[in-house]
Amino acid sequence: MSTVTTNSATVAHAVEQDHHEPQSFWRTYIFSEDHKTIAKQYLISGIFWSIIGIGMSVVFRLQLGFPGMKLEFLRPILGSWINETGKLDPNFYLALVTMHGTIMVFFVLTAGLSGTFSNFLIPLQIGARDMASGFLNMLSYWFFFLASVIMFSSIFIETGPAAGGWVIYPPLSALPQAHKGSELGMTLWLISMALFIVSQLLGGINYITTVINLRTRGMSFSKLPLTIWAFLLTAILGLISFPVLLSAALLLIFDRSFGTSFYLSEIYIKGEALPNVGGSPILFQHLFWFLGHPEVYIVLLPALGMTSEIIATNSRKPIFGYRAMIASMMGIAFLAFIVWAHHMFVTGMNPFLGSIFMFLTLIIAVPSAVKAFNYITTLWRGNIRFTPAMLFSIGLVSFFISGGLTGIILGNSALDIQLHDTYFVVAHFHLVMGAASAFGLLAGVYHWFPKMFGKLMDEKLGYIHFWLTFIGIYLVFFPMHYIGIAGFPRRYYAFTSYDFTKNIFADMNSFISLAAIFTFTAQWIFIYNFVNSLIRGKKSPQNPWKSNTLEWTAPINPGHGNWPGEIPAVYRWPYDYSKPGAKDDFIPQNVPYSQTPESNLPHENELIGLEKEIEAQNLNDQFSQPH
Amino acid sequence: MSEVISEISVIEEPQETLSMNPRKFILWLFIVSIIMLFAAMTSAYLVRRAEGNWLEYDIPSIFTYSSVVLVLSSITMHWAYIAAKKDKFGTLKTAITITFVLGVIFLYMQFQGWIDLVNQNVFFVGNPAGSFMYIFTGLHGFHLISGLVVLLVALIACFRLRIHAKSLNQIEIAVAYWHFLDILWLYLFFFLVYFH
Repeated sequence: MSTVTTNSATVAHAVEQDHHEPQSFWRTYIFSEDHKTIAKQYLISGIFWSIIGIGMSVVFRLQLGFPGMKLEFLRPILGSWINETGKLDPNFYLALVTMHGTIMVFFVLTAGLSGTFSNFLIPLQIGARDMASGFLNMLSYWFFFLASVIMFSSIFIETGPAAGGWVIYPPLSALPQAHKGSELGMTLWLISMALFIVSQLLGGINYITTVINLRTRGMSFSKLPLTIWAFLLTAILGLISFPVLLSAALLLIFDRSFGTSFYLSEIYIKGEALPNVGGSPILFQHLFWFLGHPEVYIVLLPALGMTSEIIATNSRKPIFGYRAMIASMMGIAFLAFIVWAHHMFVTGMNPFLGSIFMFLTLIIAVPSAVKAFNYITTLWRGNIRFTPAMLFSIGLVSFFISGGLTGIILGNSALDIQLHDTYFVVAHFHLVMGAASAFGLLAGVYHWFPKMFGKLMDEKLGYIHFWLTFIGIYLVFFPMHYIGIAGFPRRYYAFTSYDFTKNIFADMNSFISLAAIFTFTAQWIFIYNFVNSLIRGKKSPQNPWKSNTLEWTAPINPGHGNWPGEIPAVYRWPYDYSKPGAKDDFIPQNVPYSQTPESNLPHENELIGLEKEIEAQNLNDQFSQPH
Repeated sequence: MSEVISEISVIEEPQETLSMNPRKFILWLFIVSIIMLFAAMTSAYLVRRAEGNWLEYDIPSIFTYSSVVLVLSSITMHWAYIAAKKDKFGTLKTAITITFVLGVIFLYMQFQGWIDLVNQNVFFVGNPAGSFMYIFTGLHGFHLISGLVVLLVALIACFRLRIHAKSLNQIEIAVAYWHFLDILWLYLFFFLVYFH
């Protein structure tokens, strides 16, 4: 498709870009301001964190599946967290659960997913040389890195990392004397998260600015790929909700370290009354979930956006309901802010208020269903190519539906009272948010690996990885619903000493643990494939998936500035697949209608007249400015 | 770094898809995040206040005077902007300096307000009614310090003749941020007076 570049000023631009090329090793690979390098940094960090995060879940699954199991073999890694009898220390169990949640939600599925793909795809798909501010972008990664270092080091301190659950409800998190995990570990958690929030805000501000201000000629909002729409809405969600978490964390820090009473009231520890009076722990929950619920969509929306793109490309069909997809993402993003209290039905909330939140929550089913149906109708009668990325995208749709259905159950305040804080909830959000987003992330890596590294990933290993993971995840989370319905509460160290949980479901818990180990093991296939393809992978063609979006018009290994010469202009939407009459089954966005008379619809012929106008527009080229 | 910043700040072409200077746009988004920070704080205040057990005390009168000082500084800041548009460099530098000094006076008065609070036996540690007062003024003060840094950078740019009628982006950013900090304080002040 390189034949369709329109232009004349190529040489002049190429000369200007040379100015940016020579840079030291440090500036090129470490403190880089190039969005592609920063994206890779986020990806590698995300993979590192996911190994730790999922590894932790395997350790606590061992305890849950085989209560009191001798874990002597983990002593070299966990040290004194394996107590004298060889069992997992209960305090450390709580820390593991907390860190698993924190790491997976924030460090893997927020930073690793959004950080990687927003950074990588936004400039490439909208036709920009780089982010609006490369410096802020670099700062964003290094704030994240610092947050990572602090969170990571908290795992190794003597009292252990934070252990009050990833939601860090006070008073447990506000009183250092409450439990081991509330000592130094909690302080480090708060510092790390404050830095993380700063990182997310810097990143998000950059994403929004870039999408709105740096689109190439002709790239109107109605021609944006759905990926970009999803990243834009995700960044807006983050921009609005993360400062609220910062407020909540700030007040918590003052309660912990300076003795204020925002969240603390009339507490006795060992028979002694604390001086704190007049605080409200519910206040924290309101502030936390005002972030916490949008956070769910911050995690999920990028995955939905990327899979929309992948499913359309590999079905060789236009996405079904492009505008409906955008509208439903907007609907989800809007509703995300007014449903937070459905996490708090059992806090003694006024039942009338509960009904309102229940009603708003259930409305989310509408845009979600629109999306699910649009995926299925896009697949319907398409010339489907089952690439690994496509399989993972279809897997996402599956999890999105099966996990979403239980969301309708949990959204009912009456049912939630029974199911609150049980394994039913755990199963629900792991399917709909955890597994679905993780599949979006994996699909994204398989699909855009050739663009990132100029090489192809091994397809066979991809298929094996997909089937083992897909089956494994259902084996883990499907049975978990039953355990939840039976009333097993989450975050318990063992169920052996309560009447209602004694002697039941022990075999199912063991089964889940085995399935979890199985799934975790399968991920090493991906790691192997990733590293191996990086080193020995086959060289990728310029447009391996015959896709329409702009990133595939850039060179196989794009340099700083992405396109040599002029940035391509955009004339059509990104989903012209299998258009009747066209010679190929895809027409990239930068092909003008005047070059495809055979496939134009009547109204598109009229658009030919506008092409001159589009070409005459400002190049919007960041680097062609005098400096 | 400075290379990159200057490279972005000189965009002057006629613009079609680009409707706004990206750096100005970044400022507005930054302001949105600050608004959300304080929106969360003030709604926390309302939620907590509705639960009762609320300490009543007088808001130190110095906060009224400091508000006046901050409004004055906004006026001088606008004066600086007009001077920059007319290429009156002397006035520009004077106006920014006056704004800076007024900002410092404001901060000092806020600190004096804290001393008055302590004299009233309203402490940071104690009933959240008092703690919130310190948090609001403190957080705003923290942001105002960042505003002073922006002013300082603008002042240095003036001395290097980087701000003139044809290069207004930097001063516009500084002006917008300073006015925002002013409005933010007025919001917090009236909020505290009204919901007391």
